[in-house]
Amino acid sequence: MPDGVKIIVDHASKLFLEGSVVAFRNIDLEIRSKEVLCVVGPSGCGKTTLLRCIGGLLAPSSGKVLIDGQAVDQPREGVAIVFQHFGLLPWKTVAENVAFGLQMAGVSRQLIKERTDRYTKLVGLENFEAQYPYQLSGGMQQRVGLARALAINPDILLMDEPFASVDAQTREVLQEELLQLHDRERRTMLFITHSIDEAIVLGDRIAVMTTRPGRVKEILPIDFKRPRDPAAVRSHPHYAELRNHIWNELRPTVLEGAYERHSS
Amino acid sequence: MSVTQAEGRVQPNSPYSTDSDISAEQQAARDRAKAQQRKSMAANLGIRIVSLVIVLGGWEYFGRQVNPVLFTYPTAVGAAAIKMIGSGELWQYLSQSLIVLGAGLALAVVFGIALGVIMARYWVIDIALDTYITALYSIPSVALVPVLVLWIGFETSAKIAVVFLFTFFPMVINTYQGVKNVDTRLLEVGRAFRCSERQLWANIILPAALPFIVAGLRLSIGRGLIGMVLADLYTAITGIGYLISRYASIYRTDAMFVPVVTLGVLGITLTGLLRIIERWVTPWMHYSDRD
Repeated sequence: MPDGVKIIVDHASKLFLEGSVVAFRNIDLEIRSKEVLCVVGPSGCGKTTLLRCIGGLLAPSSGKVLIDGQAVDQPREGVAIVFQHFGLLPWKTVAENVAFGLQMAGVSRQLIKERTDRYTKLVGLENFEAQYPYQLSGGMQQRVGLARALAINPDILLMDEPFASVDAQTREVLQEELLQLHDRERRTMLFITHSIDEAIVLGDRIAVMTTRPGRVKEILPIDFKRPRDPAAVRSHPHYAELRNHIWNELRPTVLEGAYERHSS
Repeated sequence: MSVTQAEGRVQPNSPYSTDSDISAEQQAARDRAKAQQRKSMAANLGIRIVSLVIVLGGWEYFGRQVNPVLFTYPTAVGAAAIKMIGSGELWQYLSQSLIVLGAGLALAVVFGIALGVIMARYWVIDIALDTYITALYSIPSVALVPVLVLWIGFETSAKIAVVFLFTFFPMVINTYQGVKNVDTRLLEVGRAFRCSERQLWANIILPAALPFIVAGLRLSIGRGLIGMVLADLYTAITGIGYLISRYASIYRTDAMFVPVVTLGVLGITLTGLLRIIERWVTPWMHYSDRD
């Protein structure tokens, strides 16, 4: 089902601390097969929590998350997560980290080797296989995180602000590389970010989330053709229009959040 | 200026670099770093030697002015050491003590790690035992030695029990802390990649606890040495403790200092050995080999 719906979030809410903190409320969202859906919103809008619910790491307090029509109650096969904090295991080398998901799935040694080689090469780390994570820069560490997720050949890639903790230049390089990877092997991708720019460059659609309680305010289609060149996207007049539009949606809640934090 | 430029091109984060002469420059940078390291190691060694000469010289000078029954000096200790090593006397008694230390420490490591892991894994056992563990760890272990003698007697097994008592609790507590301190984000990574519980322990929890366990071992070695000598003195008087107390009782201060100095050397050796083990079991913990 090329244009079918892959993931459904059905009226889901998530409350923490016995209900005193509402992460998000009554969210309805559909993610289509092979599309890149970017969720953009300020900190505290519950976007990361939403990703965790879809990944099966958290259960929604009410409502449902469905993948391929089945309710998600634990991490599913074929779903891989890339974390903002990279989540590399410090005691494993680059190659061992990339192999981690495959090893846990218990696939044959030969297949592990094949896939590990392929994806370390794909993210440009073929000469760093024996290094430990601490020996790599942040951008390279996240390349390992990406290769580890891709190596299990997932249908769904959940990206939790993956480029938020690398420097601005590296970030743009990684965005380009991700676009190229996506053109080569299309997967359903949920990409969480607080960067409007990143959402426009990467997404097929953008879900704009606002705070208190977190909810989806608007879903925007992004029509730039693939394969995409980020520089061409950024210089397109429609880019500025989209950016302004989204910023105007977000600004009130961002300001509100800033004042609240200031006064407390 | 040219040096800065050369180093600027050897940035580690350029995986796409195809520059053909970059390996030569990297080699040069590595050699420089090694030379720097050798230099600082040589300096450290130099400082240690000078310090040793001053300390021994001072001891020799002042030691000679004191009645040899009350104090001694390095050359006298050295002479006594040569005699005691030559006759095999030192090794005969030292080996008795080392067997006790080794056995007690090994038991403490095995059972300490096991109990630490079990307590961290099963909250019922944690709640049931943690008060006793804290209490027993807080009581100076010496206070319990007479009880052990009462229960187990004076022989080697009692001595091993004393060393075990001194070393067991740091192993339990450190293992427990190590397991409890695992980064929850890494546990989440494990769950996201669908680890079974066994895989979670093997790949995430135990490796994360390993540096804590090694730190526990370091504590245990120090306490184990104390336990070893105490066991020699408080139970059947054998081993290195026997050497100390016998030579003290016949006023041979110079010979008495031989086992004392031996204990110091033993401490340095075991700590050095532990450092090697540490590098071997936790290679990801060392940042010093970075250029």
